[in-house]
Amino acid sequence: MSLFNFFKRNTSAPVARERLQVLLAHERTIVGGGESDLVAILREEIMAVIAKHMSVPQDNVQIKMDRGASVSTLEVDIEIPTTIAAGMRPAA
Amino acid sequence: MAKVLVVTSGKGGVGKTTSTAALGAALAQTGKKVAVVDFDVGLRNLDLIMGAERRVVFDLINVVKGDAKLEQALIRDKRVETLHLLPASQTRDKDNLTEEGVERVINSLREKFDWVICDSPAGIERGATLAMRHADVAVVVTNPEVSSIRDSDRIIGLLDSKTEKAEKGEQVEKHLLLTRYDNARAQRGEILKVEDVLDILSIPLLAIIPESTEVLRSSNLGAPVTLGSPNSAPARAYLDAVRKLTGETVVEVQKQRSLFSKLFARRAA
Repeated sequence: MSLFNFFKRNTSAPVARERLQVLLAHERTIVGGGESDLVAILREEIMAVIAKHMSVPQDNVQIKMDRGASVSTLEVDIEIPTTIAAGMRPAA
Repeated sequence: MAKVLVVTSGKGGVGKTTSTAALGAALAQTGKKVAVVDFDVGLRNLDLIMGAERRVVFDLINVVKGDAKLEQALIRDKRVETLHLLPASQTRDKDNLTEEGVERVINSLREKFDWVICDSPAGIERGATLAMRHADVAVVVTNPEVSSIRDSDRIIGLLDSKTEKAEKGEQVEKHLLLTRYDNARAQRGEILKVEDVLDILSIPLLAIIPESTEVLRSSNLGAPVTLGSPNSAPARAYLDAVRKLTGETVVEVQKQRSLFSKLFARRAA
């Protein structure tokens, strides 16, 4: 087991390689001036749709992201005040 | 009262980002609320060293421009819950970093955190001067090597003239962090000794971070060295640095530190 740990301790490079591959795959699309990052576009458009229908304070919107090698997740958490939910739509 | 600390150096590649992550994590582990802020717009790396690169949604420029709230842009560390990261923008132009905008963000951070640690970009341009602008404390990261020492001297000059404190006739508290130090090579006369560096720069020594493979290993894994390898020599040196920064008297632990004990005993700030 100690021998196993010994080898394991020296293998941080594959982790670095995998992290960089995931990161750069996302970044090249943006920085390279090519097509924009899909997750970023979704984020902005979802926010625009929300703004069109109700005025939610920015503080009530939490956005989390996790970019993976094959799947990325975008988590949009919106707290809708009851006044809005009940249909008393304030001016946007 | 919140303290704003800038980690700066002039020269690139000396260990600013590594030190920002290590000091930030170590401070947060003492229960202090800490925000580490990446000022290197266009070439961000603090997110990568902290292991948060997949989670960046908004960044410093989004907050400066009002596209996002500070709370939305701050990324909470998954290991230490009092540790937060405000990433730099990778894509936006650094001209978006305005003096007023940065001041607003720093003031908001001061209200929410005990320590705000600004990771400066290399160089002496806008990004570097904005990162140091509101600092109370500066950690000048230096390698025992001629070009690094010259650039650190230049940065010390800027800390004494271009910061908010300097303009008010006050002093930014300056500390030297000597990184990538190989004591054996210093003893053989191959690299500059601690004493030489301190004589030339004449600011107090915060800590000596020994050259170590643990630093690279932690970077590979996306963990500040004080979290990824807490018992390693560099991590212990960073922990000592944090104790000094928070005003604790550091009791020098002699075990396993014979190489550095002499240096610490003689030169500790």
